[in-house]
Amino acid sequence: MSASVSAARPRMVVPSLLSAPATLFFIGLVLLPLALTVILSFNSYDYTAGIQSDLTVSNYLTVLQDEYYYSTFWRTLRLALITTVIAVVIGVPEAYILSNMRKPWRSIFLLVIIGPLLVSVVVRTFGWSMLLGKNGFVNGALAAVGIEPVQLLYTETAIVIGLAHIMLPFMVIPVWTVLQKLDPTVEAAALTLGASRFTALRRIVFPQAALGILSGSLIVFALSASSFAIPGLLGGRRLKMAATLVYDEFLIELNWPLGATIAIIVLLANLVIMLAYNRLIEQQAKRKLG
Amino acid sequence: MSFLSVRNVSKYYGPVAAVDSFGLDVEKGEFISLLGPSGCGKTTTLQMVAGLVRPSAGTIMMGERDITHLPPPQRELGVVFQSYALFPHMTVAENVSFGLEMRKVAKAERDRRVKDILALVHLLALADRYPREMSGGQRQRVAIARALVINPPVLLLDEPLSNLDAQLREEMQFELRRIQQVVGITTIMVTHDQSEALSISDRVVVMEQGRITQVDTPYELYERPRNPFISSFVGKSNFLAATAEHHAGGATISIGNTGITFQANDRPKGKHVSVFIRPEKLRLTAPSEGQIEGTVTSRYFMGNQWLVSAKTPAGTLSVAVQNFGAPPPPIGEKVGLVWRNDDCRVLAAGAAE
Repeated sequence: MSASVSAARPRMVVPSLLSAPATLFFIGLVLLPLALTVILSFNSYDYTAGIQSDLTVSNYLTVLQDEYYYSTFWRTLRLALITTVIAVVIGVPEAYILSNMRKPWRSIFLLVIIGPLLVSVVVRTFGWSMLLGKNGFVNGALAAVGIEPVQLLYTETAIVIGLAHIMLPFMVIPVWTVLQKLDPTVEAAALTLGASRFTALRRIVFPQAALGILSGSLIVFALSASSFAIPGLLGGRRLKMAATLVYDEFLIELNWPLGATIAIIVLLANLVIMLAYNRLIEQQAKRKLG
Repeated sequence: MSFLSVRNVSKYYGPVAAVDSFGLDVEKGEFISLLGPSGCGKTTTLQMVAGLVRPSAGTIMMGERDITHLPPPQRELGVVFQSYALFPHMTVAENVSFGLEMRKVAKAERDRRVKDILALVHLLALADRYPREMSGGQRQRVAIARALVINPPVLLLDEPLSNLDAQLREEMQFELRRIQQVVGITTIMVTHDQSEALSISDRVVVMEQGRITQVDTPYELYERPRNPFISSFVGKSNFLAATAEHHAGGATISIGNTGITFQANDRPKGKHVSVFIRPEKLRLTAPSEGQIEGTVTSRYFMGNQWLVSAKTPAGTLSVAVQNFGAPPPPIGEKVGLVWRNDDCRVLAAGAAE
């Protein structure tokens, strides 16, 4: 009896000790600031006296009753969705091509795909502003073939281009990992049954990669919806996304409680969307792919 | 004009010939096995017929039609892969239906044909299962149904039974033959299992290092293998070193160290030859009554038979003794060995191993 009790104890102690650093880290750097942000969002703010330590839902009412915030949330959701769709449309075929490449080329192109991540976000985004600006390369090229210059910089298009560029690796890598594990003869079987190469991809290969596409699009959506530097630099002062809005409330308006409220609402919305999407796709894929 | 004709097809990977001048004419309704050890080029040959590998040289004719350079979808052949290659995200019925969808067959017609073919392979009850919910033998039958439902002129099977356990494999062999006979489809099967090839084929093609070394009916192949490799690869064999005296009517063969001589109809080249005889063609008798005397060195019980090895002046010989009831002589006992000289094959020595 006593032997089994003392044998049970180290089984509890060792895992707790091993996970202690990560747990402390998580509590200290995620849960605690999050809790403080939640509390902050219920405090009221006075432009003369600063943050009050009372508890009120007035911040939430302000945000939920104002058209301006809605339009920003809607833009955030829309741009994140468009970015995700573009990442799927470009990234999934890219992952397929990558998985069919031979030895030296595969690692070279993998590096090319990861490339954007190796460049600082500020440098990369300023690069895009130079390309998309009024006298930038894109408009120069359009002018060369006789097309009127277009306003690209400080539009939603510019934000989506910038986001899609940086998000591609987050789509390619999970999809590629899944494709690596597929049996290549399954695709060959589809060909022998009369499918064209394109049909074989659409009906046979990509459905099997559903779980990779799912995780890729979750990462891309979450990162896009909470992105800060790209909308800040390519969207200009006028086109706000959720993260830039929070930044403004904190550092320009100095209304921390309102900023915290927006941050919490965005966090919850993000969570709800991602969980719903995950359930929808994963359940279907699990049932089919096991 | 034969139904399917493979003419001088070769496949080179760099300077290495995976398949070297493969030529074979297949008649309609025939069941052909490509038999050989791994790496002999049999699967590459099948893949070239299927259109999955491009031949370096040669032509493949389907009747009057040259299909050498057609892509797989246009060959319309039925292919069963070693891994079965079922579509994991589709049910059995969807898997089987896929080829018909690609041919734009109407839904009602499609359902009817899927049902018919699933009934043929005894899987009608499992039509709504996913492949991962099925056993190996069932997946195998789905793969066959999926290949057959499009009514291909030729069915290509790549080691179709190698992933099944021994019992199931034997069952599926006969099932495969039954289905092939019912449908009457021309079939080419790749296998490394000689018993599989012998039991269900009309003709067996033996390949070694990319080349065909013999094409024969299973019985002829077993009884008259053309070289020592085939005789040991297809079934078991005893080899005895011997010398040949050639004369007008044939050759007089003397088995080394024994003084045994006999007249052979085979006319192998050269003076040094090897005589081979199957273990089941040898019999054990009392020491004095045999053509040759030996001592039992090992004795293995296989259930339906015993495999006895006896050391003789001509070398160690294996004898297969039917399990009639009484066990054969124990190890160390003197025995005599008897055979009919007509059962001996004489082959040129050299490659004999």
